[in-house]
Amino acid sequence: MDDPEQMTVTTSLPKPAALREQVATGSDTPGAPVFATRNVSCYYGSFRAVTDVSLTIYENDITAFIGPSGCGKTTVLRTLNRMNDLVEGARVEGDVEYRGAPLYAPGVSATAVRRRIGMVFQKPNPFPKSIYDNVAYGPRINGERKKEKLDEIVEHSLRQAALWDEVKNRLNKSGLSLSGGQAQRLCIARTLAVEPDVVLMDEPCSALDPIATGKIEDLMREIKSRYTIVIVTHNMQQATRVSDRTAFYSVLRDEQNDTRTGVLVEYGRTQQIFADPADPRTQAYVTGRVG
Amino acid sequence: MSALTAEPQKADLREPAGWRRTKSRIMTSLMVLSFVVVIIPLGFVLWTVIAKGASVVGWSFWTSGTIPPNTEPLGLGGIGPAIVGTVEIVALASAMAVPLGVLGAIYINEYGGRGVLARIVRFMADVMTGVPSIVMGLFIFSIWVLHFGTNGFSGLAGAFALGCLMLPIVIRSSEEMLKLVPDSLREGSYALGATKARVTVTVVLPAALGGIVSGALLAIARAAGETAPLLFTILGVQSLNWNVFHGATTALPLLIFSNASSPYVGAEGRGWGAALTLIAIAFILMITARLVTARFARYAR
Repeated sequence: MDDPEQMTVTTSLPKPAALREQVATGSDTPGAPVFATRNVSCYYGSFRAVTDVSLTIYENDITAFIGPSGCGKTTVLRTLNRMNDLVEGARVEGDVEYRGAPLYAPGVSATAVRRRIGMVFQKPNPFPKSIYDNVAYGPRINGERKKEKLDEIVEHSLRQAALWDEVKNRLNKSGLSLSGGQAQRLCIARTLAVEPDVVLMDEPCSALDPIATGKIEDLMREIKSRYTIVIVTHNMQQATRVSDRTAFYSVLRDEQNDTRTGVLVEYGRTQQIFADPADPRTQAYVTGRVG
Repeated sequence: MSALTAEPQKADLREPAGWRRTKSRIMTSLMVLSFVVVIIPLGFVLWTVIAKGASVVGWSFWTSGTIPPNTEPLGLGGIGPAIVGTVEIVALASAMAVPLGVLGAIYINEYGGRGVLARIVRFMADVMTGVPSIVMGLFIFSIWVLHFGTNGFSGLAGAFALGCLMLPIVIRSSEEMLKLVPDSLREGSYALGATKARVTVTVVLPAALGGIVSGALLAIARAAGETAPLLFTILGVQSLNWNVFHGATTALPLLIFSNASSPYVGAEGRGWGAALTLIAIAFILMITARLVTARFARYAR
């Protein structure tokens, strides 16, 4: 590790006790629990993508999910706002609670869930509409019709996403005319426009250059006081830069039956996960020896 | 890495010689040749129709009443009733088939998925595409026209037959266009809490609109040129009939058919004029629809 920032982190950290229980206990007092999963397993047809995930995600935290490809981190993320309902054959076992309410109980509307728990995707996916209409899309489907109110929401959301100054003079241009980084910030603005409680981000910077990535990371730190953020990332530096807590997932192989499944290996304060991991697999991954 | 390696070899970036280049040239020539072969009949048809019809068409030709396809010399009579009939019948057929077809495609692609009903609809649409157009005409003749005796022939019956012909084309072309809409757009909309209907109407349909309109236009153009389904449904008369819902009427393809099969020079000329008019109508329709969709699709780029 030659990143100087990380070196200081490593040396200045007090060594916490080994955290075998998969609940984050940081030195700070965590916010209220937003998500609590207990023994969650996700299946695609007969394939068990991820097994027995139990973790608690706290309010106003940025929680990072890291791990090698195929470890199920994106699957868990998409379970949190019922996006996997859209995948044919996908099902969830175990309990997922969102602010005390079971997400997968009968009678729970996936639409209502997603209005409170928004999502930003790996590939920027602006609608083929104007920049304005992209941001106003969510408020409109929620019934907002007043022009002044929409104008206000659009400006506010674009400002939060640090995009306002770049696009304020061309709000009626196509959302597809933006560069990759701008398009991703437009998608973030679109998500924030419905004033969600939680923003889930699925590798939001993997298609972006370092400058655009930096802008998005700044914006995440900027908005975390108002939102709870969960981010899947392949970039460990990104996890250390932005997240408060980190969950490390890994792939568990069963050589006999030739099957594999994702498991949550370790979850804790980001500093602890990177500086003093309790599990040797985490150690191997964060030091770059595996994956 | 030794410093002794003198003279770094220059990269050879020239076009590969020999067999590979020959193959490339052969394939390119074949493609150009295919294009030319395809364009010849089209150009020939256009050229013939314009050459033989251009001198016939004109305002009075378009507005005059039809005369029987016999002795009258060229310069008399016109195709007014047939233009009225064609425009009315095709418009009515489109009004029935296009919304139904697009809704069917939405069902197949967005709602039905791999379900049984969706598969049945898709299969039936394929079967329907293969039904000869004369059979469509006979079908409407037997289930509709015959029920009303001599009053059974009408523009409406013709529109039914043309609509049956257009429906499978609209369904399948719209379905292909809906398939092309990336799932990432649907997910983006779902993630904002949109319902399926909302996603379909506000994101999927606008994104596919250009293609859907193209498909509908192909179907309309195809229907406008059909003769066979109209023979048994609108009968084909000389007189002008403004009422598309009642009474026998006529249409351009029928008029072209009866005039072209007549031995008289005047009739033949009127046939060419009608053919040119039909092509012009289809052309105008295409251009208009393109302009309209271009306005809608201005955010696609």
